[in-house]
Amino acid sequence: MEIVCPAGTPASLRAAVKAGAHTIYCGFADETNARNFPGLNFDRAEMRDGIAFAHARGAKVLVAINTFPRAGGEATWHAAIADAEAAGADAVILADLGLLDRAARHHPGLRRHLSVQAAAANADMINLYADTFGVKRVVLPRVLSVPEIAAINAETQVETEVFVFGGLCVMAEGRCSLSSYATGKSPNMNGVCSPASHVEYVEENGTLDARLGGYTIHRAARGEPAPYPTLCKGCFGAGEKTGHLFEDPVSLNAEQLIPQLEKAGVTALKIEGRQRSSSYVAQVVRNFRAAVDAVAAGRPLPAGMLARLSEGQAGTTGAYRKTWR
Amino acid sequence: MTPPTSTIATFPAPLTLPLRVLPLAPLSLSMTALTRSIARRHPGLFRRLGPYADRRFILDPTDLPVVIALEPRAGAPRLSVLRGRGEGDARIAGPLAALIGLVHGAYDGDALFFSRDLVIEGDTEAALALRNAVDDAELDLAREVETLSGPLARPLRRLIDLAERRTGAPLSRPDNGLYDDAGEMSQRTEMPQW
Amino acid sequence: MDLTVGPNQFFWKADAWAQLYETLAAEPVDRVVLGELVCSKRAPFYQARIPEAIETLLAAGKEVALTSLALVTLKRERKMTAELAEMGVAVEVNDLTALAHLPEGAPFWVGPLVNVYNEGTLAWLAARGARRVCLPPELTLDSVRVLTAAARDLGVAIEVWGHGRVPLAISGRCYHARLHGRTKDNCQFACEDDPDGLDVRTMDDQPFLAMNGVQTLSHTHASAAHQYGALVEAGVTALRLSPQTGDFAALCRAWRARIDGALDGAGLAAKLEAQAPGVRLSDGFLTGARGVDWSGGRPAA
Repeated sequence: MEIVCPAGTPASLRAAVKAGAHTIYCGFADETNARNFPGLNFDRAEMRDGIAFAHARGAKVLVAINTFPRAGGEATWHAAIADAEAAGADAVILADLGLLDRAARHHPGLRRHLSVQAAAANADMINLYADTFGVKRVVLPRVLSVPEIAAINAETQVETEVFVFGGLCVMAEGRCSLSSYATGKSPNMNGVCSPASHVEYVEENGTLDARLGGYTIHRAARGEPAPYPTLCKGCFGAGEKTGHLFEDPVSLNAEQLIPQLEKAGVTALKIEGRQRSSSYVAQVVRNFRAAVDAVAAGRPLPAGMLARLSEGQAGTTGAYRKTWR
Repeated sequence: MTPPTSTIATFPAPLTLPLRVLPLAPLSLSMTALTRSIARRHPGLFRRLGPYADRRFILDPTDLPVVIALEPRAGAPRLSVLRGRGEGDARIAGPLAALIGLVHGAYDGDALFFSRDLVIEGDTEAALALRNAVDDAELDLAREVETLSGPLARPLRRLIDLAERRTGAPLSRPDNGLYDDAGEMSQRTEMPQW
Repeated sequence: MDLTVGPNQFFWKADAWAQLYETLAAEPVDRVVLGELVCSKRAPFYQARIPEAIETLLAAGKEVALTSLALVTLKRERKMTAELAEMGVAVEVNDLTALAHLPEGAPFWVGPLVNVYNEGTLAWLAARGARRVCLPPELTLDSVRVLTAAARDLGVAIEVWGHGRVPLAISGRCYHARLHGRTKDNCQFACEDDPDGLDVRTMDDQPFLAMNGVQTLSHTHASAAHQYGALVEAGVTALRLSPQTGDFAALCRAWRARIDGALDGAGLAAKLEAQAPGVRLSDGFLTGARGVDWSGGRPAA
């Protein structure tokens, strides 16, 4: 199986390639990609050089242009597609209908992948994208169980790519406005979720409050882990209960499910984390490369080593096991 | 590579005595010279800071009696070593070994942050930009100091030696097999067929 | 300006559900979208009443459409979605799966849960047969203006979220079930106890969100009361009102009074607040710094 690895910076791209990534995904340093974080991403020259570096070592590069263009501002997104093609990208990862249409008509030779942001969660919808826009691969939303993924693969020719490690969206991606409700900045429009600019940590009397947009969504006692205040992983009260009502501050680790995902017909395994350091990326990539190589050779999976690289907390297999719902 | 919290060494208190009493101006001068040299050798670092290049960052090694104020100033950086908390737009606080390990990619910023070995205050976005820019620059502080010559370099070398001996902080980029050709070749990849 | 009543987002008992549409037949609204938007498990409880509701509304001169589910994953849900096209009324697409089942070129409506953020997407949907588009509630007034201008040339009517708790997110996981320590498959319909959603509070006990099964909504009720003039000027031709408990008919009439000029923005806001004590209004997605903000009629900064 192919492993698809994140690169938030040229250093991470090189580290991932050297660590054995088959494919890298990255984005331009602007609102066209869904990890539009300060100090991250690639300018045009860096993209060209990064792609050349990867190609010279047998790796492919996908350019994520997976936010939804702003009305009146589509030219920025159109330029990103054209520049990705010019830089030698192996494919673009798109979510917006208008952009897919544009890419299919103006850049027919550029391979198109459907972003997880499009939330295509069944074969009917995936085939609609394939028939209409010539989409060759879909990144499946993180709401599906392994048997459901197998069922999708049985009904479509489109390659499927699934997340196996890293941050976990509990909401259907591309369909969530929680962040813009609380901060004005959204994944769909701005490429950021629960942005750092709206995060505040306030330490008082031995407790640390994490606030987003002024809303206290986590309170840790001294010595407890302090997760980043991502909205869907915050602590809330409802009815008589207080706790992580949407999702615990866990991160996805489906390493042990790789053999099952392969049987389900999955083409590629995606690692989340364009905002993580190059050393983190290298370590995770090595681990997953070893795992897929073992599966391909019929060897047992190497023992999991990645828990401590998660957000300081436990890993979850997320929706891949049905009881998660 | 990312050890549990307890393994991040702290600087032994008696050794911080000189920093409590000696004048800090010479150290500030030396470190500004080092930072300018880094800026020349790694222009991408300050470019990557983008709109955050005009902020004032307070780097606070919590095991030392001083803080470092970093002003990137569009590629003409200034670095001052100060006693007290210092004033700035963003503060990044943690044991010296954690801060240096971050520069060298020995630790992942998110992981340190989640374990609270690292505390960020003020303009979180600016702090994030600095972390990402530093991560991309793949700095090796020991090598950067080596390239620095003249009288300004001497106190830095002494400091580096001392820190390395006393904390075991990773003062060079760890050799994790990613940076030599052999490691690279061993993971050479067959391009996916699509 | 027309008034469109959106699909009921919550799980109501079948009698209350049917009563809503009987009432609406006599109210000054122009069109009604009904059917199950949020969770396919709710549908069996009231779907037998749908044909009668449609007939009542059509007889009263309303335009009627059936909504698709917001997130289609299961086989049964795909079948449900495919069957929408055979019901004899317009289909409101709230998940593109529905589009896959509509005959090519057949006219359809687009609901607020489809990501229509820009002219390119609007043009593609129009070419495919979209006749009405209710824009995502997250859009700013500036985006609404650009899209309305583009829609005019495409012959598409643009609708904007007028009143109600804003659908903010949809998930594969049921939060009501999770809250009660159950799995989604064994949810025992916990969401039925909260016909306007369950308040979700921050650690400072501030009301913040509302939980509705697999859906998460705003705690505030978004209201375009103060943006009404700007929306008319932009060329928006319909506002969407989202059903809630209490006197929803009175809410529809208050909005009609705003359109007829009998109420101004402040008058409408006051009336909405009086009708539902404790309700908090917001209009920040249109003109504020963030969705939760309420302008109170003050011009945007």
